[in-house]
Amino acid sequence: MGDTRTINNRTFMPDLKKLYEAVVNGDAKSAKEITQEALNSGTDPLALVNEQMVPAMDEVGRRFEANEYFVPELLISARAMKGALDLIRPLLTARGDQPAGRVAIGTVKGDLHDIGKNLVASLLEGGGFEVIDLGVNVPPEKFIETVQTRNANIVAMSALLTTTMPAMKTTIEAMKQAGVRDKVKVLIGGAPITQKYADEIGADGYSENAVGAVALAKKAVAGS
Amino acid sequence: MHPLLQELMASGPVLTDGAWGTQLQEKGLTPGEFPDAWNLSNPTKVEEVARAYVSAGSKVILTNTFGSNAIRLREIGMEGHLAEINRAGVRISRQAAGRESRVFASIGPTGKLLMNGDVTEQEMTDAFDAQARALAEAGADALVVETMSDPDEARLAVAAARKTGLPIVACMVFDSGRDKDRTMMGNTPEQVAQILTDAGADVIGANCGQGISGFPAICRRLHSATDKPIWIKSNAGLPEMIHGKAHYATSPEEFAKWVPELVRAGAAFIGGCCGTSPAFIAAARRQL
Repeated sequence: MGDTRTINNRTFMPDLKKLYEAVVNGDAKSAKEITQEALNSGTDPLALVNEQMVPAMDEVGRRFEANEYFVPELLISARAMKGALDLIRPLLTARGDQPAGRVAIGTVKGDLHDIGKNLVASLLEGGGFEVIDLGVNVPPEKFIETVQTRNANIVAMSALLTTTMPAMKTTIEAMKQAGVRDKVKVLIGGAPITQKYADEIGADGYSENAVGAVALAKKAVAGS
Repeated sequence: MHPLLQELMASGPVLTDGAWGTQLQEKGLTPGEFPDAWNLSNPTKVEEVARAYVSAGSKVILTNTFGSNAIRLREIGMEGHLAEINRAGVRISRQAAGRESRVFASIGPTGKLLMNGDVTEQEMTDAFDAQARALAEAGADALVVETMSDPDEARLAVAAARKTGLPIVACMVFDSGRDKDRTMMGNTPEQVAQILTDAGADVIGANCGQGISGFPAICRRLHSATDKPIWIKSNAGLPEMIHGKAHYATSPEEFAKWVPELVRAGAAFIGGCCGTSPAFIAAARRQL
């Protein structure tokens, strides 16, 4: 699997296409190995991300939209992606490359359902974002504090229940009060959420699934 | 087949109940408040909901215990009240049911995903064991493992529930994929029927996730893949928030129009999930 061989003093590059395949197939072990070999042989870490891993996650997203992949496949691909990114991130940080964005994510106050939130968090990490996971039942103050102290540029809120979704509105209003609303993009999601609701409460975006959430986050940071 | 199920099904499709949470909200449950806690703090209101379903014609009513497994109770610091809340839930529904209806006690998901490493299989099993035992000890007629999204979790819940010796209903949510005919984990109705049958459930079905128009096809597919009776509880469409309150687009009459088709598709137990009320059950009754 993608070995680097030195023959007659010539280094043969590992087959980078295999990294793409490892991410698409959710093969975390191979993804890490190939990444390590590629880095050892001097491949530009950013090229690995942009030319193999990001297209791989795009393909995973395409398969999800096409009903070929479901949550289990998303999770294992995101895990493979993250394992490889963990090797690359320190190198990027060392040379001053920033992550795609910094996301403060949590389920809103009163809501303890975190499956969707965890899935979005995993996929965002796979998409190159730094994720600050605030957990469940997150009060507005906690989101605000994270924006202030850790410079998050995206706040992602999740609610599974119609009874807890109004907390999204409360949180956005509290962010306005605290003067941090304009510093971030607010993205929301969860079973009962609609685009209409996102518009009503003044969120910057809504996605009906985790794959769409990553695309939305990318769009949000590109526009900011 | 279990004699209780045989008895219930002897005179055709069995009408079950509708939603509880939304009904409790109309009685003052505040957004974000844990509905099951009302079994202890507000039992009269919970019983009013149960009675409304019995009056509407529900031959099977559930219990206000959907979220009372050990994992969820621990998250809100109520784990010490597990037996108490579950027992009260059965007692309340039993009082309302009288001789008219049977009490099928509700067991919902833990809200954790095994494959994400949120909890271990053992923790999940323990959580369901404790709840199933409390519900059985309080005298439930059957247990309903409902609103499951992950077959692995459903299997553990059914295994725990079976230890009580009661008949077990197990149903999953189909809300994923282009045609909303897959579980969150990608399983088809045929696969779910197989998994739940193998797990030892006595009744197999689908609930929540989408409006009733999507259910006949799912019901037909479940029915074709198992010999077990089929249980269907659909939502009243998807909610729309108006002035901070959830409104569901489907009316009781529109909902009830689908009931004959569900019967043709093989449904043996029919009721409603999120957004349905006693009016929906009464309307469905007129179709049976």
